[in-house]
Amino acid sequence: MDSGNRSNAADIRAAFSKTLRMFWIGLLGIAMVACGGGDRRVDVAAKEGILLIGNGAEPMSLDPHLVTGVPENRIISALMEGLIAYHPTDAGEPEPGVAESWEHNEDFSTWRFKLRDTARWTNGEPVTAGDFVYSWERILSPALGSQYAEMLYVIENAQAFNEGKIDDFDQVGVKAIDDRTLEVKLTGSTPHFLSMLKHYSFFPVNPRVVEQFGGMTERQNRWSTVENYVGNGPFTLKEWVTNQIIRTEKNPQYWDADRVKLNQIHFFPIENVNSEETAFRAGRLHVTSTVSPDRIPSFRKTMPEQLRIDPYLGSYFFRLNVTRKPFDDPRVREALNLAVDRQLLVDRVTQGGQAPATGFTPNGLDDYPPLDRVRFNPERARQLLAEAGYPGGRGFPKSEILINTSEAHRKVAEAIQAMWRQNLGIDVGIYNQEWKVYLDSQSNLDYDISRAGWIGDYPHAMTFLEIFTTGNGNNDTGWSNSTYDSLIQEAQASDPEKRLQLLRQAETILLEELPVVPIYWYTRTYLLDERVEGWHPTLLDNRPYKYVSFG
Amino acid sequence: MLKFIALRFLQGILVLLAIYALTFVLVAMTPGSPFSGERAIRPEVLAQIEAYYGYDKPFFERFWTSLSNAVQGEFGPSAVYANRSVTEIISESFPVSIQLGLVSLMVALLIGIPTGILAAVKRNSTLDYVPMSVAMIGICLPTFVLGPLLALVFGLMLGILPVSGWYGPTYMVLPAATLGLYYAAYFARLTRGGMLEMLNQDFVRTARAKGVAESTIVWKHCLKGGLIPAITFLGPAVAGIIAGSFVVETIFQIPGLGQWFVRGALNRDDFLILGLTVLFAALIVLMNLVADIVHVALNPRLKYE
Repeated sequence: MDSGNRSNAADIRAAFSKTLRMFWIGLLGIAMVACGGGDRRVDVAAKEGILLIGNGAEPMSLDPHLVTGVPENRIISALMEGLIAYHPTDAGEPEPGVAESWEHNEDFSTWRFKLRDTARWTNGEPVTAGDFVYSWERILSPALGSQYAEMLYVIENAQAFNEGKIDDFDQVGVKAIDDRTLEVKLTGSTPHFLSMLKHYSFFPVNPRVVEQFGGMTERQNRWSTVENYVGNGPFTLKEWVTNQIIRTEKNPQYWDADRVKLNQIHFFPIENVNSEETAFRAGRLHVTSTVSPDRIPSFRKTMPEQLRIDPYLGSYFFRLNVTRKPFDDPRVREALNLAVDRQLLVDRVTQGGQAPATGFTPNGLDDYPPLDRVRFNPERARQLLAEAGYPGGRGFPKSEILINTSEAHRKVAEAIQAMWRQNLGIDVGIYNQEWKVYLDSQSNLDYDISRAGWIGDYPHAMTFLEIFTTGNGNNDTGWSNSTYDSLIQEAQASDPEKRLQLLRQAETILLEELPVVPIYWYTRTYLLDERVEGWHPTLLDNRPYKYVSFG
Repeated sequence: MLKFIALRFLQGILVLLAIYALTFVLVAMTPGSPFSGERAIRPEVLAQIEAYYGYDKPFFERFWTSLSNAVQGEFGPSAVYANRSVTEIISESFPVSIQLGLVSLMVALLIGIPTGILAAVKRNSTLDYVPMSVAMIGICLPTFVLGPLLALVFGLMLGILPVSGWYGPTYMVLPAATLGLYYAAYFARLTRGGMLEMLNQDFVRTARAKGVAESTIVWKHCLKGGLIPAITFLGPAVAGIIAGSFVVETIFQIPGLGQWFVRGALNRDDFLILGLTVLFAALIVLMNLVADIVHVALNPRLKYE
């Protein structure tokens, strides 16, 4: 029996190890097929002129009038083009797009665009002025419910039309003089209108195609699916496999096709930042959408050539709920501001090359140097807090910092919590909420202190300062100041120089009253293959793909 | 037997209805809207969008519309992904999850069952202790540790296997191994337990006494009974592998259902959450039904009642 047992076990073991061996051989075989020539995907793609981009997320749609996010913008920038195109390096400079030339009246309130003869949709039709009128009517139609329709409120009567106060689109300040001439009347003098035109909310859609697949105001219009998509950009949509790949190819009908050097761009919607990093290191991506902040110090050492840190027009700050005690007291708000050592925070905590904020509007704007009013001054902070009735932090009401769930936000909040404890003697708690709950809490003013960020829609201080006017949906602090409101309102209707002056006055008020704690100005950190050429930092992360190439 | 199946089927339908109602209530009660974002949405615009998706209707009317549509297999549009319907999303990603699930199941069975049998036959030897300890580690090691570990070794260090995407058989290896090894560990332990129980039965002693070859005892007399625990677990395992592949899908960038489930919840994409919950629930109910039937068929001590 003994021997029998052993031989049986040996049989089974043999059978088992055979199965296992076959499994491993199978695996190995598959693996060898996989390696093929041994070339990495990025190497082959670079030779073929294919750019592989990590896109961060699956786009919610590719319809420029329905989307709101950055991942969508990255793809739509390849597929569509507005009147004005992106400049290869400078976010503020206009580049001719569908419009070959433009003129404006003396006070920048009426603009006339000459559309180029050679601008074509991918179905061969010419891009006309009428297409733009249709497109802007579409995004402003109340029934479509476009979240970015607000961007077009700069156009005369656009707001009234979008709010349903007028039904006749002829009253809105956009007119096709003829097929190639578009006239736009604005609510006031707007010299930075050309910069705004680079935003996808101003992009055209093909009216015939939109009508064919569901009509102007149908949210579930099928025109923007991969089968039906008609664009006018340097690239054309070829394949869209959800959560996997969006493949675009050079558009031969594009008016500036000679300049387009890449043959294809593939976008990979990899949401997990670590998976994206693995994909990059395994040679499957040329560009990542971002990098994990805690990996930056290691990248600085191990792959400094690939790590890119670009300026980005955004402001990271805390909101203070001024409807609650003790934040209704400006002295407390100033004390909280003065007790934050922002330089230490960006050096030790965020480590992504961010600039410590000295004002609210970030640096990087040519015509608007940042204000320098928010400084680290713990003595003055303690003094102010004592004046407010909390000497040494004694008696300071229990309060908490609200963050949306994220390690990076928690680290910043913990650092500031420690600074306040050390410099002011106050103890604030930190609690996190899931993203959508956090958004609700913030807009219902159901918080004491709340972490926030704001990214500019176009390169102008207005996009940062207008949010703190009374009743603005993005104010979310309960702060209201009539002088501030009137300065912003006046600025909206002033000539460029006056406007900047007024905005500086307004921001000065904001920084005296401090319903916010500005913390740092953003950078964009990502990994980029060294072979990619013509990939320049742009302040708004715009993507002028037509200038990108492999050396 | 038909009566048994019919009864269990009816039970299943009731369970699904209850799950649907419960999910609907929970989704309606959850704070946050599918349409909110960092940038505030104007109230007029929000009203338009809500009306479009029927959020302006009273609760019970919404529930009734949603349920009667669902019965017809129509779960409505995604509230977040413009111009995609829930049915489209499911039909696109479900096949991927099934493929990944089946391959992972193969891995789990091919590794788990033989290991379990071997460990039972050679119990209390190295061939028992080593695989069973490894299996214990396998059960304890979460997929979000094992996945990146495998990706690091086979993808980055050895460079022989792709680490992200879903373009062919090679792309299945690492995710299927990650997902399959976890269940292989379960199957190994269950098979070992089942086999041990059988090997200790009186009839086995009798057979041995009569001089029946040990291989015949293991393969012919014990295997069928010894596999019952593993087969009972097969139903939940299939459902679990297909529904629970979220982590693996995220790590290896696989366009399956799991990612949608989590994203649907994070986005408050109500219709998508409902559709996927019902799908997963139906899958689990169905798999349990199949497991029950097979279980009774294999085990002469049980009857369909």
